[in-house]
Amino acid sequence: MANRTPLYDAHLKAGAKMVDFHGWDMPLNYGSQIEEHNAVRKDSGVFDVSHMTIVDVAGVDAKAFLRYMLANDVAKLTVPGKAQYSSMLNEKGGVIDDLIVYYFSDESYRLVVNSATRERDMAWIESVARRFQVTVTEQSELAMIALQGPKAADKLKLVLGGEAFAKVEGMKPFMSVQVGELFIATTGYTGEAGYEIILPAHAAEKLWNELLNVGVQPCGLGARDTLRLEAGMNLYGQDMDENITPLEANMGWSVALEPADRDFIGREALEKQKAEGHAKLVGLVMREKGVLRHGQKVVVDGGEGVITSGTFSPTLGFSIAMARVPNSVGSTAEVEMRKKFVTVSVVKPSFVRNGKALV
Amino acid sequence: MSSIPKELKYAATHEWVRNDGDGVFTVGISEHAQDLLGDMVFVELPEVGDNVAAGDDVAVAESVKAASDIYAPIAGEIVAVNEELEDSPETVNSDPYGDGWLFKIKADDPSEVESLLDAEGYQAVIDEE
Repeated sequence: MANRTPLYDAHLKAGAKMVDFHGWDMPLNYGSQIEEHNAVRKDSGVFDVSHMTIVDVAGVDAKAFLRYMLANDVAKLTVPGKAQYSSMLNEKGGVIDDLIVYYFSDESYRLVVNSATRERDMAWIESVARRFQVTVTEQSELAMIALQGPKAADKLKLVLGGEAFAKVEGMKPFMSVQVGELFIATTGYTGEAGYEIILPAHAAEKLWNELLNVGVQPCGLGARDTLRLEAGMNLYGQDMDENITPLEANMGWSVALEPADRDFIGREALEKQKAEGHAKLVGLVMREKGVLRHGQKVVVDGGEGVITSGTFSPTLGFSIAMARVPNSVGSTAEVEMRKKFVTVSVVKPSFVRNGKALV
Repeated sequence: MSSIPKELKYAATHEWVRNDGDGVFTVGISEHAQDLLGDMVFVELPEVGDNVAAGDDVAVAESVKAASDIYAPIAGEIVAVNEELEDSPETVNSDPYGDGWLFKIKADDPSEVESLLDAEGYQAVIDEE
């Protein structure tokens, strides 16, 4: 039987269409994924992301361990609660997973990694950890809820009450704080302001219901995918995997090559690739009728590439995509769609942020 | 459980057919089909005047999830298309058997419709999936 999150019954009650997502029964939508998408851009939406894997790392070597295992440098984190986007790479520089690391102290961190890659991630983390004095604890009894959208703060205030909300009010992006039994972070996967809230499984349904009661739209995986793609955020397994390096996946900004004396897994391969040149991930925009899709062939000046993620953008009203292409790219590309080639625009892979079109 | 009106005929490829009289038949996609596809974002319709054979791919329903060919359930001439869908493709989701119709065919041989599935037969097709 598939895994169920603590919110499984709540999803059925809200009329969810459930689908299998890498071994988890998850909501695809609660009717219309476009309405859910629009609610997050204009008001607020809530997602069950309890399937994500939460891993706490503690011990005297915690900092040294993460500086060695992760491509971004946790030494940049000095304020308790601060979060950082990062990735774990193999020796070839391929992405084992992307993740967010939260800093509590030099001896205490929290990682949130993907669910689809859970077993491989845990095996990797534990094997690297053996060389360090750290304890690695998977927190499988925790649930996770993402509240996203321009009205997310207003809604959370209504639910928490002014006193508790004061602790998160005005918190900058990529910060976190513990408020009672809620771990509240200003992170997300939609390109809107909002929160990701980690809490005990037994408390999840109550918070979920309270958010729905103040008018927050429940949102499924369908809307989550169109929102993250508009925001230009990668999906593991689709836009990158263990055969793709961060440099080829528009994640170079999350790789810290400085300081040069920090040794991390994959570093050598990335430096070599950087010197030799590599493919890159670009954005595509098609204003004509039709929808760009994962797997379609793309031709640019430098040769052939492929669409890694494509969708209809509900915010823009036309289709957008991310494509991995040879480094030499002009302002247009040809995409093979339903047996004919269509000319599309090449842009930076970021299409909508904070409700506003970037293309 | 999606609705399958008894008065309609169906193709195994999820189109429905309604007899409008005078040999003209309206075609759309079933509630089950729209549910499988999800939110519709574009519908590409045939041209009025096109002559089509049964089984020809004559339209495309493109949803957030996938592009799906729609086949002519019977042979004939396209005599009308639902132009409203140009601006509001979501009607296919909200009213698949009504305002979400796709096109009308003047049948070459109206008796061809008899060979299509009835509601019960179509239900069996869905159950097989």
